[in-house]
Amino acid sequence: MRRLLHLNIPGALAGFVWLVIVALPVYWMVITSLRKQAGYLTADPIVPGRPTTAQYHRVIAVGFLSYLRNSAVVTFAVVSIVLVFALMASYAIVRGRGWIASGSFRLFLLGLAIPLQAAIIPIFFVVNKLHLYDTLPALIFPTAAFSIPISVLILVNFLRDVPTELFEAMKIDGASEWQMLWRLAAPLSRPALLTVGIFAALQAWNGFLFPLVLTQSSGTRVLPFALYDFQTQFGINVPAVLAAVVLTTLPVFALYLIGRRQLLGGLTAGFSR
Amino acid sequence: MRAGSKRKGASPLLALPALGLFAIFALVPMIVVVVLSFTYYNGISSPTFAGFANWSRFLHDSTTHHAIWLSLEIMVLSWLFQTPLALLLGVFVSGRQRYRSVLAAAYFVPLLFSAAAIAITWRNLLDPNFGLLANLTHRLHMSWFPTSWLGNPGLALYMMVFIISWQFIPFHMLLYQAGARQIPRSIYEAAEIDGAGRVRQFLHITLPLLRNTIVTSSVLILVGSLTYFDLVFIVTGGGPGFATRILPLDMYINGFERSDMGYASAISVVLVTAALALSLLLIRVTGFGRFRSTHEGA
Repeated sequence: MRRLLHLNIPGALAGFVWLVIVALPVYWMVITSLRKQAGYLTADPIVPGRPTTAQYHRVIAVGFLSYLRNSAVVTFAVVSIVLVFALMASYAIVRGRGWIASGSFRLFLLGLAIPLQAAIIPIFFVVNKLHLYDTLPALIFPTAAFSIPISVLILVNFLRDVPTELFEAMKIDGASEWQMLWRLAAPLSRPALLTVGIFAALQAWNGFLFPLVLTQSSGTRVLPFALYDFQTQFGINVPAVLAAVVLTTLPVFALYLIGRRQLLGGLTAGFSR
Repeated sequence: MRAGSKRKGASPLLALPALGLFAIFALVPMIVVVVLSFTYYNGISSPTFAGFANWSRFLHDSTTHHAIWLSLEIMVLSWLFQTPLALLLGVFVSGRQRYRSVLAAAYFVPLLFSAAAIAITWRNLLDPNFGLLANLTHRLHMSWFPTSWLGNPGLALYMMVFIISWQFIPFHMLLYQAGARQIPRSIYEAAEIDGAGRVRQFLHITLPLLRNTIVTSSVLILVGSLTYFDLVFIVTGGGPGFATRILPLDMYINGFERSDMGYASAISVVLVTAALALSLLLIRVTGFGRFRSTHEGA
């Protein structure tokens, strides 16, 4: 105990060096996004200038809000699908018997190992065959599909700890499996559902590769892809590009301030990311 | 669980929606990609049978071989750079001191950004003319310090490793922090009484007890860097020249920029196989199937 109170000088020094490495780019990004385009090239990069929100207005003027809406729709849809489907599947795996229950669990376990980056060519093929190319569902379904294995794993582990007696008692009262799923399993697994939901939301909100490959028009553009597009569109107006970066990150940052532990829990849930 | 074995359990039909979605967008593609690797396919017209043409090209294409080599290089470099840093920092922020929890809250901030956001920020930050790094080295009269990190074929790969690490070290730090917090304090107190110093405690207590975390984090780094795409694509696009054209990028360029999806599929098969093999190793070694979440009830 006493040892822990000793200040670890080399450790603390290294810790502050890393703090600078982490914080400097973020600091630079924020203060630069508040500059005028003209001021950027001549200003001292470290000292904030007189802040202006001009670049933010500019980003919003070129359709940022409609990309934001697309991202919100995709994220909401992915989270809903993942929560409902994964909970149902986990319930079937934990409460069901026979080869389908155990087999599907093993299948999801294997699915954890499929890297979506490597699977992008055949996914493009399948999405094309389903006539979904350049639609929001083209982003929703694959993103949800790739979030399901880890979600099922988390929920199964959680549901396994629920005492069987609770289910038996409800069954004696005449409840069907369907009712037990929604009235017992769902409320009980709220913490695990929160983890899963945050994980799926971050996948959907931050995903870049699916939008890059599966959409093209501005009507289906989501934020990470819009950032990439802004980079080409604005060219050397670096403050505007960085304003877009800041804007897309704000919602996640707000979440971090409200529930840091939950957000970090959702992040590590994606072990295989 | 055995208690109600007389009764029928939950209907397996409940698993169908999840299974269906997963099958269509993850399992079927795994079969499709193998088939496509034996075809000529430009992404628009229907694929036509190509025999082993793509595979024989895979054996002879020097650009792809270079890409494989780069992927292995980035894998090893990522591991060498990320593991010690994440381990030390993770153990450091596992301490309960107030200043350490404040530091930890800041350390995790990179996790909030999308890969696209990180890539675009670094790309501008490293701009050889107007970027922060060039500006700072100029003002500090450090003309010996290279400013053209991304334009220099000899340096670009190292800079990519650094940016990838900037993005992912916080994640692995989080794993190590959770791992280190599970080590009982009494062990350290006993070692303290025996007169073991900080370094010896780290080497003889922390390190061995974090073995599982080290394995998990390492395999995640290895698999992750093998299939890594987003950052490199936006920051360098594989350049300058072929200096950062790692295998997933080579696959993307062949498939989507040159419309040679048959050949890209062959590369994809190789990538998936390698990633699967590595990941199965992860499940084997760490007992991921008995996975318990480390973040509840803390």
